[in-house]
Amino acid sequence: MSKIPYEVYTEDVEALTVLSPDGEIINKAKAPDLTDDQLKELMYRMVFTRTWDDRAVNLGRQGRLGFYAPVSGQEATMVGSEFALDKEDFVCPGYRDMPQLVWHGLPLYQAFLYSRGHQHGGQIPEGVNVLMPQIIIGAQVLHAMGIAMGFKLKQQKHVAITYTGDGGSSEGDFYEALNYAGVFNLPVIFFVQNNGYAITTPFAKQTAAKSIAHKAVAAGIRGVKVDGMDVFAVISAVREAAERARNGEGATLIEAVTYRFRPHSLSDDTSKYRTKEEEGQWSEKDPIARLAKYLEKKGLWTEEDTARVKDEAKAKVNEQIKKAEQTEKMTIPGLIDSMFETTPKHLEAQKADFQK
Amino acid sequence: MAQMNMKEAIRDAMRVEMKRDPNVLIFGEDVGHAGGVFRVTEGLQKEFGEQRVIDTPLAESAIGGMAVGLGVQGFRPIAEIQFVGFIFEALDQILVQAARMRYRSGGRYHSPIVFRTPFGGGVKAAELHTDSLEGLIAQTPGIKLVIPSNPYDAKGLLISAIRDNDPVFFMEHLNLYHAFRDEVPEGEYTVELGKANVVREGSDVTILAYGLMVHTAVKAADELEKNGVKAEVIDLRTLVPLDIDTILASVKKTNRVIIVQEAQKSAGIAAEVIAQINEHAILHLEAPVLRVTAPDTVYPFAQIEDQWLPTPARIIEGVNKVLEF
Repeated sequence: MSKIPYEVYTEDVEALTVLSPDGEIINKAKAPDLTDDQLKELMYRMVFTRTWDDRAVNLGRQGRLGFYAPVSGQEATMVGSEFALDKEDFVCPGYRDMPQLVWHGLPLYQAFLYSRGHQHGGQIPEGVNVLMPQIIIGAQVLHAMGIAMGFKLKQQKHVAITYTGDGGSSEGDFYEALNYAGVFNLPVIFFVQNNGYAITTPFAKQTAAKSIAHKAVAAGIRGVKVDGMDVFAVISAVREAAERARNGEGATLIEAVTYRFRPHSLSDDTSKYRTKEEEGQWSEKDPIARLAKYLEKKGLWTEEDTARVKDEAKAKVNEQIKKAEQTEKMTIPGLIDSMFETTPKHLEAQKADFQK
Repeated sequence: MAQMNMKEAIRDAMRVEMKRDPNVLIFGEDVGHAGGVFRVTEGLQKEFGEQRVIDTPLAESAIGGMAVGLGVQGFRPIAEIQFVGFIFEALDQILVQAARMRYRSGGRYHSPIVFRTPFGGGVKAAELHTDSLEGLIAQTPGIKLVIPSNPYDAKGLLISAIRDNDPVFFMEHLNLYHAFRDEVPEGEYTVELGKANVVREGSDVTILAYGLMVHTAVKAADELEKNGVKAEVIDLRTLVPLDIDTILASVKKTNRVIIVQEAQKSAGIAAEVIAQINEHAILHLEAPVLRVTAPDTVYPFAQIEDQWLPTPARIIEGVNKVLEF
C-alpha cells in the first residue's frame, strides 16, 4: 500500500523545471542529454515557429489563411515534445498543434492548405506518421490510444502521442482513452497543454482538481506535471514517458503548464477575460528567451542567429503560402471520389450533375 | 452446406475472415471470454486468442476510437456495440471520425471497420435495446449500412463488409438471431453490398422491406395471394448504397409500391426510397408510394410493442390502399 495519505489528491503537485528563467540548469538529474547541434536545432525550430505564428496571424487578417489557432508561448511544449520523439512515433494532434505536425514532416504549405480549407492539407505524405488536426476535442485522444494498441499488437516499439488542452481534459473521450490505455498497458503519451484557458473559460472552471496530472490516478497510469515554458523539462518528461512506453511500462499523462501569448483564435478577444498584468507575468517566462539565455552562455547562439532564423522563416512562409495559393482548386467530383474507395452508383450520378 | 441460424452464420463469417486475414480483429464489451451477450462471438477468442478477440472496458466511444486508430494502423477491426441504443455514446467516432477519415485525409487514411450492433423489436427487451436507428446512419456520408434478414445473406454480407475498405454499419435484428435455420455454405462466399434481393416475385404490387419486416411482408404476401393479389417482396439488404435499379425494375413491372419499415415514420429509410422512386419512376406509378411504419413515438414499452410494430395486417391494409387508389 502507498504511504501517501489520501489528502495528497487535494493538493497541487510540483511541476518539473529543469531550466530556470535565467537560463540556468537547476535540475541536473532531469536535464536531457542534447548535443550542441541538437540544442541549436531546437532553438531554430522554436524561433521559426514563433515567426511563422506571427506571419500566420497577419496572413489570417489579410484573408490569405482561414482557420488558425495561434501558438506563440507554447513553443516549448509543441516543439520540445515532438523533438523528444522518433519519426516512427505517431502524432495525433488537436487543432492548435500544427507545429508538431510540421516538425514531424508535414510540409508547411499543406498546413496552410489545411487552414484555407483545402483537402490536400490533410493528405499527409507517406512515412509522416501524423493524423490531420482534430477539431472534435477529445476524439484524437482516443485515436492515439487505438494507434498505440496497433503498435502493441504489431510488437513495434513505437509510441503514439496526442495533444489536447486544459479544457479537453473535461471531455469523456479524454478519460475513456486514459482508462483504456491503462487497462491495455498501451505505449501512448497523453500530452495536455494547460494554458490556463479554454477560449474564455479559466482552468478553475474546468475542474476542481488542482492539476490535470492528478487525472492519471483515475486511469491507473503515470501522471507528471512539467513547466511548459521550459523546453528541457518538456523533452525530459516526454523522453522518459516514451522510454517507459517502449519498454512496455504503459502510458503517461503529461501536464505541461504553459500560456498562449495570443488569443484562442483570430476571432477571440483576450482583454475580456485576461489582465495585462497576467500576460506580462507570463511573457517573462517566454520559453524562447529562456533557452536563448542558456545557449548564449554556452556560446551556441547570438541575437544575430535569432535574426537570421526569423528572416529564413519569413522567406519560407512566403514561399509556402504562395505554393498553397497556387495549389490546384478542388472540384465537387474530386470530393465525391474521395468518399469511398469505389464510388457507389448514386454518387456517380451526383458527380455527373457537377460535370455538366 | 450446413444448417445455421443467423447468429451462427454471422459468427461463421467472422471465423472465416479471421482465418483468412490476420489483420481482422474483434473487440467490444463481453465479446471475448463470454462470447458476447448473444453468443455471436462464442468460441472465437479460444480459437484466435486474446490478441485478436478483445474484451474492452465499458465505454462505447473508446470502442469506436480504438477502431479508428487500429484502422489507421492497418488492422481491420470488427467493433461490437452491445445494443443499438448505446451507439449514441459512440456516434462521434462512428459517424464523424470513421466515416470521414478517407475524405478528410484525401485518401491518405481510411477506416476498414465493421461496426456490428444488434437491434430490432419484438423481444420485450429493456429500454434502448431495440430501436431502429438506421436512419441516423443512412443520412451520414461515408459509411455503408447493411441489415441482413436471413443466415445466408448475413454471412455473405458480413464477409463483404469486413473486406470493404470503408466503414460499414452492420445491424443484426434480435428477433432473427434464432428465428430459423437455413442452408449456409461452408467457407467463404460473398453477397455484394448494395444489391437488393427479390425474395418473392409478383406482378401486382411491390413491397419493399428490410430486416425483420421482410418476413412480415412475406406473411402479408401469402395472405394477399389467397385473394389473388400477387405481391413482389424485395429485401433491400443494403440501405447505403441503395440498390435503386432493382427497386425501379420492380416498380416498372407492378406500378404500385409500398415500403415497410420497423422504424418510426418520419425522415427514415422509407422516405428516402420514396423520394428516389419519385425522381426516377413517377410516370410508372398508378398510385402514391405509401409507408407502413411504426408511429412517431419513442420506442414503446415492452408490454405494447406488438401493437406498435408493423404487422402483416397493416401491410395488407397498405397494399389495399395502393391497389384501390
